Amino acid sequence: MTQTRSSEAVSGDGRYSDHRHSRPLTSVDPVGMASGRTLSGGAAGAARARRLAGSVLPVLTTLVAFLGIWLAVSYLVLSPERREILVPPPQQVLTDSILRWSHLRPMLRALLLDVQVSMIGLVIACVLGVLAAVVMSQSSWLERSLYPFAILLQVVPILAIVPLIGLWFNYGINGRVVVCVIIAIFPMIANTLFGIHSVERGAHDLFTLNRATRWQRLTKLQLPGALPSMFAGLRISSGLSVIGALVGDFFFVQGQPGLGTLLSTYIARVQSADLFAAILLSSLYGVVVFTLFTALSSLAVGSWYTAARGTRPGG
Amino acid sequence: MTSPATQLAVALRFTGVGKRFDTGTEALADVDLSVAPGEFVSVVGPSGCGKSTLLRLASGLSDPTAGRIELRSDRIAYVFQDPTLLPWRSALANVELVLELNSALHRMPKAQRRTMARRALETVGLAGFERQLPAHLSGGMRMRVSLARALVLDPDVFLFDEPFGALDEITRLRMQEELQRLVHGGSVSALFITHSVSEAVYLSNRVLVMSPRPGRMVADIEVPFVYPRPAELRFDPAFARIAAQVSAALTGAHE
Repeated sequence: MTQTRSSEAVSGDGRYSDHRHSRPLTSVDPVGMASGRTLSGGAAGAARARRLAGSVLPVLTTLVAFLGIWLAVSYLVLSPERREILVPPPQQVLTDSILRWSHLRPMLRALLLDVQVSMIGLVIACVLGVLAAVVMSQSSWLERSLYPFAILLQVVPILAIVPLIGLWFNYGINGRVVVCVIIAIFPMIANTLFGIHSVERGAHDLFTLNRATRWQRLTKLQLPGALPSMFAGLRISSGLSVIGALVGDFFFVQGQPGLGTLLSTYIARVQSADLFAAILLSSLYGVVVFTLFTALSSLAVGSWYTAARGTRPGG
Repeated sequence: MTSPATQLAVALRFTGVGKRFDTGTEALADVDLSVAPGEFVSVVGPSGCGKSTLLRLASGLSDPTAGRIELRSDRIAYVFQDPTLLPWRSALANVELVLELNSALHRMPKAQRRTMARRALETVGLAGFERQLPAHLSGGMRMRVSLARALVLDPDVFLFDEPFGALDEITRLRMQEELQRLVHGGSVSALFITHSVSEAVYLSNRVLVMSPRPGRMVADIEVPFVYPRPAELRFDPAFARIAAQVSAALTGAHE
């Protein structure tokens, strides 16, 4: 009797289609979500300007404060004769060094060398770092036997081996790239490995149940899953590669001068304005590199990574 | 120990299965169960009674330490507690994934895989959402993608590990109705793990009740209603009687 009754009351499938109405809720544009109202035309433009100001103003404030402290130290703390040597004021750095082509030109040429060294070094560090992490991730035995040596690479006093590297790889671009790779590679290894290990067990089960090969597991699960960590590593490594290039210069007094070489020359000759200009230039390059790779990483993984973390872009 | 035997009369059979972990914990003891072709069997039990272990054993993800497990076919689909979608793949690409991985199917042209995945998404009511990333779908929709991923393999046996446990009540009831529409008919069998008595009774031909750890089967209750079952069946006195029977067995198992 129960069976008859239940089969009479069969319901159609139409009821399941109404979930489609939830779509606008889940894909509303981030600006509208963030501010809780719909923006149009001029209002949207104003909002964009406000957002831009919101990201630029804090940086400008810090910059102004930094220049203020610099000026204060130059003029208020130091006596005029010591000022020249210890902390020349910003406008003097500008007029005596940066605006003088004969001073700026060797710095730019040195910077060009450092750009080459650091970028070649970074590419090599990335490729080798990811490869090393992939190899280690394939068995815990491999990881246990190789990882300590990766750490060794990180902690070895670079001072101690730079002369040796100079002997082995000559003092030209090769040796400097090697120094750069040694300094920049560890974050790539550590972060890639961390990313590979952080893949969820459930996802691994899914691959096991579908009899995935080791290669499929690596290329379709572990590497894409590790991508956000890899880019986090790349950001750190990109900064380190700039440091690596300068450290290489600093110790490779022979060969074409890099910014690091110039720094030690300026110190030796007490060319303080040039020293500050060179420091500014190298910092600026470091910032550019870091910003570039940060942008690259959000471009590559931003769409799913930020969404999966529940943070709205621009919100 | 999981061995597909072609001549097996049942879809899935456990004989005296036990599982003791390396830590010494005994998860399952002397479990006997069988699922006939076309049969939908639910297992209810208190949390920590080894329900999930049961499924991991059935799927071959882990091996029993005692007894025998037989499967008639190796075409099984496992639906996890979480949707377990890859966040960088769209809904469609997540369904396609299992076709790419499956060695028997990976020579299939990409266009054909895509068509199959698209059809599976349509079946679960997600037409139009193919290109969405999991993060942009609701919890219920993510579970639908997970169901589509199981359906696309056209399995002989479904293994469900509390798939609707994390969903809100309304979505959960709707998913139950949808699931019985998708699974019933034909010779597809299912082993469904849940801690909801009403869910088990609503979906199944048979409800098995497990005792707390080490888990063993303490009751085997038939549910006679024919499929497809309407949503209103849950308010039927006959439904309530069977649910009460299952609850009583659960309470008995606790003591």
